[in-house]
Amino acid sequence: MPCYSPHVSATGSPRNPDTPRHTALVRVTHWITVLAFFALLLSGLEILISHPRFYWGETGNVMTTPLFTLHIPSSRDMVPTGYGFVMPDQNGWSRYLHFQAAWLLVLTGLVYAIYILWTGHLRQNLLPAPADRSWRASRAVITKYLRREPPAPSEAHSYNVLQRIAYLGVLFVLFPLVIWTGLALSPSFDSAVPFAVNILGGRQSARTLHFFVTDALVLFLIVHVAMVILSGFRTRMRAMITGRTTASPATAPAAIASPSIASQERA
Amino acid sequence: MNAISRRKLITTGLAATAGLVGLTAADRMAQRYGLIPPDHSGLYGPGETLTYAAQRLLTKHSLAREFPRSMISKSPFANEVAPPNALFKSLQPNNFADWRLTVEGMVAHTASLSLSDLKSLPRSSQITEVACEEGWSYIAEWIGTPLVDVLNAVSVSPHARYVAYYGTEKGLWDSIDMGDALHPQTLLTWGMNDGDLPVPFGGPLRIRVPRQLGYKSVKYLTRLTVTDSLKHFGKGLGSSSPEAGYAWYAGI
Repeated sequence: MPCYSPHVSATGSPRNPDTPRHTALVRVTHWITVLAFFALLLSGLEILISHPRFYWGETGNVMTTPLFTLHIPSSRDMVPTGYGFVMPDQNGWSRYLHFQAAWLLVLTGLVYAIYILWTGHLRQNLLPAPADRSWRASRAVITKYLRREPPAPSEAHSYNVLQRIAYLGVLFVLFPLVIWTGLALSPSFDSAVPFAVNILGGRQSARTLHFFVTDALVLFLIVHVAMVILSGFRTRMRAMITGRTTASPATAPAAIASPSIASQERA
Repeated sequence: MNAISRRKLITTGLAATAGLVGLTAADRMAQRYGLIPPDHSGLYGPGETLTYAAQRLLTKHSLAREFPRSMISKSPFANEVAPPNALFKSLQPNNFADWRLTVEGMVAHTASLSLSDLKSLPRSSQITEVACEEGWSYIAEWIGTPLVDVLNAVSVSPHARYVAYYGTEKGLWDSIDMGDALHPQTLLTWGMNDGDLPVPFGGPLRIRVPRQLGYKSVKYLTRLTVTDSLKHFGKGLGSSSPEAGYAWYAGI
């Protein structure tokens, strides 16, 4: 059985063409998350260059052996980097921005989490359909991707099993981990909840893990954007901005339902 | 007007009223319980206010983590300090015997305390971590006099809300709210790891605020001012940190 047989799930059934690909709440929370994430990434990088050395355990400083060092210049002159110059120090506003963006991300995530539980978006569109909960289903999608086959019509209005696993991993593994490891760096939070940092192996371990989880999120971002570009940048962006999958839904409603157009859509 | 739009109007009106009432109540609560940091204005004010309010509700009485003696760092890092000023240089040869910590502001009796005055009060020690906002850290044993004991000795006014403090480093001053000032681990530190507090680590006298980042633990402490408002201190942002772009509340 070399062929991939698309599963027709309830969510993939033909829908009213006026139903948006992504609901307004999903679109708004998506773009707020994009904004907050880039603010966190930029400010995090600025904070990082003030001490581009990583340690494991509770403590670590320039007098102790690092776990690893990033070979980039630092914004502080007492960090030995091998570079003869010191980067401009932007740590102050970067820290203000980092925590403000973190609040924005967490509060947006909270609204999104309540929404996906309340409306069944999680159950219907994010948890893999029962028929897809197998290695075989995932392998089939990978094969399809590698052969650059066009997506099944059912995928126009839903996610395939690999997308679902990736999104679930970001929502329920990487984001909680990055928030946890970040909170563990707060000395005040640790005074109230000491096990949050202790079970990570200490303050410096938490900092190192915060960096690794960020790397994983950046990796997801790269793959996510690459897939959007490969599957049709304009349609995908339109779907996440306006909610619509075609340019002018009002003038050509009949065309939307046709499989040839629908098959171009893939999230 | 049909039923649906009337219902919508009533719902929207109720939601807007509830929102306004909620915001007003939240603001009044925040003012009353001291949940608004002095650097609450400006672009990053909302984030700072959320952080400070959340921490004040969650961690007012919690204790900073203390570590076993075996975890004391073999190689602590002292960080850079400004060149000592004339006062510091004049007091150093005599082993800081004439070092004074003045306590003033909203207190019943102002005080000028020598190191031996401080050492005559009940001493306290803690093995806590210094964490710099840059990312590095170390653990040391800190020995000193709890700030709360000094504040009790001078009788602080019940209207006091902050303690501002100054060291000999030029332009460096900071402040903490009464929650942190009266906290048992906030320490006027004169000893480190079973010895005098070395000068690079802030000797002869440094304030330790272990639930906040290292920059709140000002070195070479000379003056404490108890106040009910920080509006007229510096630029009114609470300390020299926000004036340099860093958050006033450093508990994160």
